[in-house]
Amino acid sequence: MSQDVILEAIDVAKHFGTSGVWGAKGHSVRAVDGVSLSVRRGETFAIVGESGCGKSTLARLLMRLMTPTSGDVLFDGRQVSAIQGEELKTLRRDMQFIFQDPFSSLNPRMTVERLVGEPLEIHAPELSVPDRRSRVAELLRQVGLRSEHADRYPHEFSGGQRQRIGIARAIACAPKLIIGDEPVSALDVSVQAQVINLLGDLSRDLGLTLVIIAHDLGVIRHMSDRVAVMYLGRIVEVGDTETVFTDPKHPYTQALLAAIPSMDGKAVDHGATVHGEMPSPSDPPPGCRFHTRCPHAQTLCRTKVPDLSTSRDVSHQVACHFAETLQQRFQRPKPRQRSDATEARFALYRAATEGGTVTHNAKQNQS
Amino acid sequence: MTKTATDTPRPLDPTLDARSENRVWKKFRNHKSAMIGGVLVVFFVLLALAAPLLPIPDPAATDWGAVRNAPSWDHWMGTDEIGRDVMARLIWGAQASLAAGVVSVGIAVLFGVPLGIVAGYFGGWVDAVVSRCTEALLAVPFLILAIALAAFLGPSLTNAMIAIGISATPIFVRLTRGQVLSIKEEDYVESARAVGLPTPKILSRYILPNVLPPILVQATLTIATAIIAEASLSFLGLGQQPPAPSWGSMLNTAKNFLNQAPWMAMWPGLSIFFVVLGFNLLGDGLRDALDPREH
Repeated sequence: MSQDVILEAIDVAKHFGTSGVWGAKGHSVRAVDGVSLSVRRGETFAIVGESGCGKSTLARLLMRLMTPTSGDVLFDGRQVSAIQGEELKTLRRDMQFIFQDPFSSLNPRMTVERLVGEPLEIHAPELSVPDRRSRVAELLRQVGLRSEHADRYPHEFSGGQRQRIGIARAIACAPKLIIGDEPVSALDVSVQAQVINLLGDLSRDLGLTLVIIAHDLGVIRHMSDRVAVMYLGRIVEVGDTETVFTDPKHPYTQALLAAIPSMDGKAVDHGATVHGEMPSPSDPPPGCRFHTRCPHAQTLCRTKVPDLSTSRDVSHQVACHFAETLQQRFQRPKPRQRSDATEARFALYRAATEGGTVTHNAKQNQS
Repeated sequence: MTKTATDTPRPLDPTLDARSENRVWKKFRNHKSAMIGGVLVVFFVLLALAAPLLPIPDPAATDWGAVRNAPSWDHWMGTDEIGRDVMARLIWGAQASLAAGVVSVGIAVLFGVPLGIVAGYFGGWVDAVVSRCTEALLAVPFLILAIALAAFLGPSLTNAMIAIGISATPIFVRLTRGQVLSIKEEDYVESARAVGLPTPKILSRYILPNVLPPILVQATLTIATAIIAEASLSFLGLGQQPPAPSWGSMLNTAKNFLNQAPWMAMWPGLSIFFVVLGFNLLGDGLRDALDPREH
């Protein structure tokens, strides 16, 4: 993979001020507090964390749907937070967003054709109306819908179909990067797989960079190349997905992974479990933000904020003072190998859901 | 009926679209009181529009031989203190009343809705200025404000309409602003921004259509209030000027002859009552029909 960075966040912070009466300074919520990350061109980058850790805010900061309180976002080397006018328009063309809730993210009063055609109307105004129509039809086919769907309204579709409409809208003007804010978490599990595969296919075919926000670790492991783990407005661990999943160094990541229920129903306990609730982001604990819930917390953790950049390994960074010593304690068992029969069934299922032809090889293997 | 014209409509679901509009229409048709209101409104509108075509006497023609005549075959609703036909004046007066209702609410919507959208969408100091002005206007009772403005502008039907329109504007600013505040947080508005849609288009394509249903309801209810306001202004001599007929001024002269000629007061009074009732029932029906929670 190339090291060419397409999107970069430098120490980005977003504080939501609940301003007091007559302009008095109120309590501010530190939704995102000093996040730095870089997304490489063509990769699928995942941001994972619990609800309320600031993932969605971070996504909106990267998209410039919000302006950061401090810090910078760079897209293709250009500063995103300050641009206006034509430059902003170009950014809107190059960077697209997929929303979490397919039921609320499509204007109920617009037909699919207008919804999908709208980005074209803005970014390709030279397209004639019939041309735009045929482009919309092509986009709909590309996301697995039929062109006859163009005249319908969003409420006539299922959640998965609506999300496909949202995706068609996002890819309409050939963006370079798509940010998905939990693009599948509002969908049925059976539909999730289809949408994930669609996103994967599109990013491959169109050479897209994907930034996926999620809390579902299974989804992330399946689709992303690199992953960043967020906790309470900060990134605690970032690295290649496989490395992070097989060799998590931050106690929070270890706890997250330990919380994945295992297929055989046996509880997994590696001394990495976490108790209690996430502290309020309006009053984050001093030092390491995780120390209130960390089973390994020591005095240093309560006073000194651990820094991502201090870790030696650039491809796998951890914001923990004791990452090296803790590492040995976490042993996650390898997932059991699926039997040939199970594999065959999965292959059959994949073929069926992707609409391909079902070959009988699979069946023969199975029997 | 427990609801009054001053009720603010409950927030309506923006997820109304072409198909569910059929459902809205069906629901509306099954709404008995709404249909009664609709029939009343249509009746008065047709009456006002047909005034020049109907075989009725000139509403300004005096007949000193038939002063304060009781209803008869010649004058179905009687005559007034200078022998003018009450029915003719009533029918022509419907024009003034309905025009005042519709035009003044039109003025209020035309100014109130854009102000509300701008205040709600942009927030900040724009919102602060608009909201404080709105609240200041709302602090003055509606009719008092209309009377003051009409007196300031000078007595005429046009000025009365302007005065009523300005007085009704703050209601629409407030209602629209509130609706916009909730709708601008919807994901689909954010999606419009993410796509790069210019702000004027976001306002006209995403915000306006989704705030319209409650505004439609409020407008219908406010027409009723505006008709009463016009009648009040005309009663006080600040609206329609004599000899042009208006229900309010008819009532004003009729009050001097309540014992001798009660029909002079009865007919315009009943007309105001039924037209206002009609618009209120219609507005309530629309509100129920557009309310998705009762589907």
